[in-house]
Amino acid sequence: MGMDAKEIEALIQEGIPDASVRIEDLRGDGDHYAAYITSASFEGVSRVKQHQMVYAALKGKMGGDLHALAIQTSVPK
Amino acid sequence: MQNLMNERIQKEIDSNDVTLFMKGEAAFPQCGFSSLVVQVLSQLGVPFKDINVLEDNELRQGIKDFSDWPTIPQLYVKGEFVGGCDIVREMYESGELETLLNDKGIKAA
Repeated sequence: MGMDAKEIEALIQEGIPDASVRIEDLRGDGDHYAAYITSASFEGVSRVKQHQMVYAALKGKMGGDLHALAIQTSVPK
Repeated sequence: MQNLMNERIQKEIDSNDVTLFMKGEAAFPQCGFSSLVVQVLSQLGVPFKDINVLEDNELRQGIKDFSDWPTIPQLYVKGEFVGGCDIVREMYESGELETLLNDKGIKAA
């Protein structure tokens, strides 16, 4: 079923080591999350690719265990 | 099999300026994320072809493999994958989506 916010954060952090990651449990139900990810590795990369990097870090859990994760990526200022 | 599916998807996104793979139909979305993209496109007044993946399990998986993208909805403009719900919303809010559609010569109906 659902995933723990800490678990999501750890996976993204592991996959994109330089990222700063913040997870928000949108409804407090452990099922609907938003992830804010800032990483220098997103520089010059299309939005689709940036999100694909996050999905790759989540190792196939997106669309499976994780059904509702809104993703917002950005490059550090 | 995957090749046939990819061909079918390619044909579909090539024959419509704007194609939305979604859960449910434009008139009756069956998922909040799909519904949001329908609303954005309606707001922009852009005609689009809606394709309901819930009616076809092979397509539901096939479209994910095609774009290497794990979720539905998926928006395509002139054969190019634009993104899912988050990207569409971000691009709409920043005005980039309208710019993209204009650049591709897609006019509001």
